Amino acid sequence: MNKSNKLWRLHGGIHPAQMKELSNRTPIGQIPRPKEIILPLNHSNGAIATPCVKVGDHVNKGQLVATFNIPVATKIHASLSGRVTAIEPRIIAHISGLPALSIIIKTDDSDEESFLPKIENWSAMSNDQLISRIEEAGIAGLGGAGFPTQIKYRSHAPINTLIVNGVECEPYITSDDVLMREYSAQIIEGTLIALKMLSAKQALIAIEDNKPEAIAAITSELTRLSPSNIELRVIPTKYPSGGERQLIYILTGQEVGSGNIPASLGIVVQNVGTIYAIRQAIIDGEPLTQRVITLTGTAVANAGNYWVPIGTQIQHIIDATTPELIPHEVIMGGPMMGFDVPSTHAPVSKVTNCLLIPAKNELPRRSEDKACIRCGLCEQVCPVNLLPQKLYWNSKHHEWEQAELNSLFDCIECGACSWVCPSEIPLVQYYRFAKSEIKKEHVEKVKSDQARKRFEDRQKRLEKLALEKDAKRKARAAAAAKAQANKETDVESKLGDQAKADILASLARVKAKKPKTEQPPKDADTLRLAWESAEEVVLKAKNKLKIAETENTATVSALVTALGKLETRAKKAKEAWMTASTPNNNHDGESE
Amino acid sequence: MSILTAILVLLLLASLFGALLGYSAVRFKPEGDPVVAQIDALLPQTQCGQCGYPGCKPYATAIANGDAINKCPPGGMATVEAIASLLDVDIVPLDAETEDNPTQLVAVIREDECIGCTKCIQACPVDAILGAAKLMHTVIESECTGCDLCLEPCPVDCIDMVEVPKTIHSWSWTAPVSQNSEVKIIATDGDRH
Repeated sequence: MNKSNKLWRLHGGIHPAQMKELSNRTPIGQIPRPKEIILPLNHSNGAIATPCVKVGDHVNKGQLVATFNIPVATKIHASLSGRVTAIEPRIIAHISGLPALSIIIKTDDSDEESFLPKIENWSAMSNDQLISRIEEAGIAGLGGAGFPTQIKYRSHAPINTLIVNGVECEPYITSDDVLMREYSAQIIEGTLIALKMLSAKQALIAIEDNKPEAIAAITSELTRLSPSNIELRVIPTKYPSGGERQLIYILTGQEVGSGNIPASLGIVVQNVGTIYAIRQAIIDGEPLTQRVITLTGTAVANAGNYWVPIGTQIQHIIDATTPELIPHEVIMGGPMMGFDVPSTHAPVSKVTNCLLIPAKNELPRRSEDKACIRCGLCEQVCPVNLLPQKLYWNSKHHEWEQAELNSLFDCIECGACSWVCPSEIPLVQYYRFAKSEIKKEHVEKVKSDQARKRFEDRQKRLEKLALEKDAKRKARAAAAAKAQANKETDVESKLGDQAKADILASLARVKAKKPKTEQPPKDADTLRLAWESAEEVVLKAKNKLKIAETENTATVSALVTALGKLETRAKKAKEAWMTASTPNNNHDGESE
Repeated sequence: MSILTAILVLLLLASLFGALLGYSAVRFKPEGDPVVAQIDALLPQTQCGQCGYPGCKPYATAIANGDAINKCPPGGMATVEAIASLLDVDIVPLDAETEDNPTQLVAVIREDECIGCTKCIQACPVDAILGAAKLMHTVIESECTGCDLCLEPCPVDCIDMVEVPKTIHSWSWTAPVSQNSEVKIIATDGDRH
């Protein structure tokens, strides 16, 4: 890469009052142990971590308490020892003021620690082992985004340069500044570990020129160790030089394309706080349970930097430093990109770098916004080369498609445009609104596409079922018709040919005799003969049945039926003869 | 003679392009009705039938055939506006007693009261109810469109429509309140709708 110390000039940017001397005059302090720790389980993408402790469990400092079952998330550790008193929704540090499910730990003074085993000789470990340790330690990007650190190291793109971001360009915030002053050796060590994990050639440590003490500390450490692959780059003070993409441009002159990540250029950017946390996790086995937080603003008495266990309530930090203070406003983050905390009972998180508690008139109040006068100042200060004024019109008039075409999603919400706007238009608020509306529309689109698919699949299934049902009904009808046809020939087909012939013959005979009985009176003798022959047939049939019973059971039932019929006929013939014989006598007598 | 040549040339060209158009009309015929698909994409896909058609696609077909565009209460004015701009017709107010901008609802079965009749399963247009005969049913909330078609067939009235609670994840920014919405410096400052 570039061997010279050339720096590129960032487009735009602003120079707001630094206000850093409020909090960078004192070494990093400790705050008294909080009584309660609140560890929210929510993830920015909506996932909820699964707790691995129960209410009533005792937990040690550094003990794993919850994990996510998605890869892009960090593990959650108890930041102090104590007892889990509840797993319930609590207000967290989110602009919405809505509660999120959290693990509540009542702390005790046992101070037992459950750290990971120390790694003495990290250079002998494989990269995979080291990266797994980063994941186990729950390290997230401490610069503000909170991106799970292990993901950056598992990138498949070859990495050439590691940029250690100690720029800290936002006014008021000094947590990285004091960390570099006091822990420069650890930061250099962490940088070496990170270089190994990335297999990168060089590391650039970037610091703004408004932090001479930090620059001196890092320089003296670099002189002492003189590592060949780490260089310090002092960059001019300008907001927002500390943005990931902005810093890459300043140091290398390369721009990360829209929608791409720095790894596409072979670059990984890490905040100095994250580098320190990596060093602690590898060498001391310490999970990420505390961080340096700047407490500042003219309303607080003991402004400065403090080591704060993650999950400490903001109110506890205020009470410990400035009792009796009733803040009229607490900003988490800096004055440019921070947000008003909805409640001081919300806990601090891994990404909380600053708590700004300004006095009433400390920050410029936004007066009534006026009409846009098309002055174009916002365009001149935009560090991303966007057209803020156009985005403002698009957002105001809900022209989401146009806003996206004007690269709304490349806006880093640095607030430079709002800062310079002479009409005091809350531009960033418009962009945030537009972004969240577009995201909402996208979610709804996904949901409605899913519903459409399910609806159409259901229609298809119902049609298929109807067709199948119809086909089955037709098949059943055909089968029934066939069965009916078969039934008629069934009896005959079951009997042997001889038996069939016999039965047919006897039926024919009976039939032949039948009309005779109905005909005008026959003489008794004829009827008697008919009866006798019928009896004869019955007898024959009985014999047949007997044979069938001994030989073939299949025809028995048919024969039994046939025999029954023949017997009835024989009976009828007998009755006919009996009745005929009496009237015949009468008739004879009368005719005489 | 030259007139004859001109006519012949024109005739030739006309028949050539006619053949080309005829061929491409057959060769590149789009499947289905593209207008219906476009309208369908704008509808909210609740499949609730409040428009009087059995689902969103049938209503999209009806709109393509000239039906009114304002019969979709779940979509609200946003859908009416989107369809109006797609079809280049006038925006008409929503034709419904229901108020605009409805809240997102989801059906929930009171499971201990369910008798397992499967009637709601048959009514659900998106197969979001799970269960079997004489066994308890339940709604897959993530798939429920909130159409409330399952309420009516339930013989024991054990289905409730509940509002989807706002979570940190579903929370969104609201538009900044502007005190100067009436101030216009140039004409395009005004409302563009």
